[in-house]
Amino acid sequence: MNSLLEVSGVSVTFDGFRAINNLSFTIGPQEMRAIIGPNGAGKTTFMDIVTGKTKPDTGRVVWGERAISLLKLSESQIAQVGIGRKFQRPTVFEDQLVRENLMMAVKRPRGPVPVLFFRPSAADRERVEELAGEIGLADQLDRKSGELSHGQKQWLEIGMLLAQEPKLLLVDEPAAGMTLAEREHTTTLLREAAKTRAVVVVEHDMEFVRRLDCRVTVLHEGAVLAEGSLDFVTQNPEVIEVYLGR
Amino acid sequence: MAAASTRMPLLRKHPSLLIFLGVLALFTLAVTLMSEAYGPGIISASFVKTLGKTLCLCLIALAMDLVWGYTGILSLGHFAFFGLGGYMIGMWLMYARTRDIVVASLANGALPPTPEEIRDAVAVQIFGVVGGNTFPTIWYFASSFWAQLALVVLVPGLLALVFGWLAFRSRVTGVYLSILTQAMTLALALWLFQNDSGLRGNNGLSGLQNLPGADAIPQSYVSIWFFWASAAALGLAYLLCFWIVSGKFGSVLRGIRDDEARVRFLGYPVEGFKLFVFTLTAVLAGLAGALYYPQAGIINPAEMAPIASVYLAVWVAIGGRGRLYGAVIGAAFVSLVSSVFTGGRVPDVNLGFYTIQWVDWWQVMLGIAFVIVTIVAPKGIGGLFDWFEGVKSPDRKGEPLGPDDGALREKEAVE
Ligand SMILES: Nc1ncnc2c1ncn2[C@@H]1O[C@H](COP(=O)(O)OP(=O)(O)OP(=O)(O)O)[C@@H](O)[C@H]1O
Ligand SMILES: [Mg+2]
Repeated sequence: MNSLLEVSGVSVTFDGFRAINNLSFTIGPQEMRAIIGPNGAGKTTFMDIVTGKTKPDTGRVVWGERAISLLKLSESQIAQVGIGRKFQRPTVFEDQLVRENLMMAVKRPRGPVPVLFFRPSAADRERVEELAGEIGLADQLDRKSGELSHGQKQWLEIGMLLAQEPKLLLVDEPAAGMTLAEREHTTTLLREAAKTRAVVVVEHDMEFVRRLDCRVTVLHEGAVLAEGSLDFVTQNPEVIEVYLGR
Repeated sequence: MAAASTRMPLLRKHPSLLIFLGVLALFTLAVTLMSEAYGPGIISASFVKTLGKTLCLCLIALAMDLVWGYTGILSLGHFAFFGLGGYMIGMWLMYARTRDIVVASLANGALPPTPEEIRDAVAVQIFGVVGGNTFPTIWYFASSFWAQLALVVLVPGLLALVFGWLAFRSRVTGVYLSILTQAMTLALALWLFQNDSGLRGNNGLSGLQNLPGADAIPQSYVSIWFFWASAAALGLAYLLCFWIVSGKFGSVLRGIRDDEARVRFLGYPVEGFKLFVFTLTAVLAGLAGALYYPQAGIINPAEMAPIASVYLAVWVAIGGRGRLYGAVIGAAFVSLVSSVFTGGRVPDVNLGFYTIQWVDWWQVMLGIAFVIVTIVAPKGIGGLFDWFEGVKSPDRKGEPLGPDDGALREKEAVE
């Protein structure tokens, strides 16, 4: 099978507590996938494993056609192979301009020496403007990102992800704390992004997931409980019991 | 339009840089014209030295601001690098000068002395105080000015590289890193205190103010030359630091300071950036030390006591961290005021029941000033410029600008 990311048999224990339990999960290139599950199901921990923040006790995490093991790479190397991540809380560099945030994310060599001698070309500047337009922050470029509203920060973070040009985008609760209009904009951004790359979205909000209109994986106690269309999984009695029936 | 601004030189784009360099140049000119050597002598040679030393302290403060103010690494080891730079140049100064004296005194003998005799006599002169009569291995290059000059850069640079590599690779951050750097400094100072360290134990190196082969030149000239060299070094280092922090590299550094995990997820190898900055600033500190100690005349291990590096952090905090000119102003202000108070130039205050002697009380005042600045005005002296320009701090309800220990605090940031 042609998969972009393959997680198999992964387990993580925090201090005796099993947060991820023999999890297996596959995502293909240019696929949009939603992950749902109750609080503490291990959704964020799953992203931590893929991005190298948490090392699993057992299991394999394999990336791309050349089947590279991500477990051997550092966080920055994983980001460089093409995995971008949006955190649950919006995390942008609050003391820096929106422009600087985006410029840092634009895909260019990341080592200290090339960064030291980097001076933005006209193309880089255009790219930043273009991204700012996409995320609706074109007129905010010269503001400090700390001054943005919560929703704007979330978009800026998505914009930074797009600037990285990742092959896989991991997005943790992008709609949390957003107004209805903001949610719609976010859905559009994500669906647009999924046309050219794989996108994995963790979300609690069922309406939001429905609008994404994609395959859904239900996590529970660190393992996959069900997988399929939203309607399919929401009819699964086990899913109803652990999650929806509450 | 956008393309035009890329080609705009650094100086035109940032007026503050021009102002800084202009002020430094004017100051240098003014001191020169008031000196004994090139003017009426309103400023004594010893005060010229004080000013020159102050410029060196400004230089190391600049390095500290780069590593702490911009990158968030609270290093308490940069005075160790400063001292090492001083020792490296001091070895040549002491060797070459002692050799001149020895050659002159042996010239009166019946037979011309052999190179071995000269070398042994120099060794006895230098190491007699610690009971030695031969050169330790680490003095191998002491006869060569250029070799010792290279060591001024290489020794602090390599130490920082190895230490930083070990520390950053194991992801030591925050308070633990500060403690580790302090431990390194302490270990180095204790080692230097030993007589068999090869650097004359607690005697240190002395007579460094005398330039070898330049006995005929009065100190009034030597002092102003070193003053010029210090001013030039500060100006060039300021340009370099400004260039570094004003581009994307600076963005990444500030990102590391406020939220280093996020920088990693953008794909930047954080450890490499930290190592680069740590090593570069160690080299700058070494150069500052190499210019400082010939003006001070003497270097001993007490100079590298951990407290010195703590002072360095205090200067940068009082000047305002995260802005290069703040560090320079902080260092200049605090060290000059300190030399006034500790130099016995301020009359004691008699309160009747107690006499305040400034030599003792200055440290207490400095401590109190630091506490006040940290709590009330975290922007330090730099904040005055913001106030003047009407720039405010953001209203974040007390939230710092990032999750990391070194992140800017609300009141340190500008809108
Ligand atoms: N570093 C850690 N140390 C100890 N326990 C942890 C750690 N990280 C996560 N856990 C635990 O692992 C479990 C899974 O956490 P995770 O954050 O992945 O849940 P989640 O599915 O993202 O939940 P939510 O919907 O609340 O964001 C939780 O019970 C959490 O307390
Ligand atoms: Mg979570």
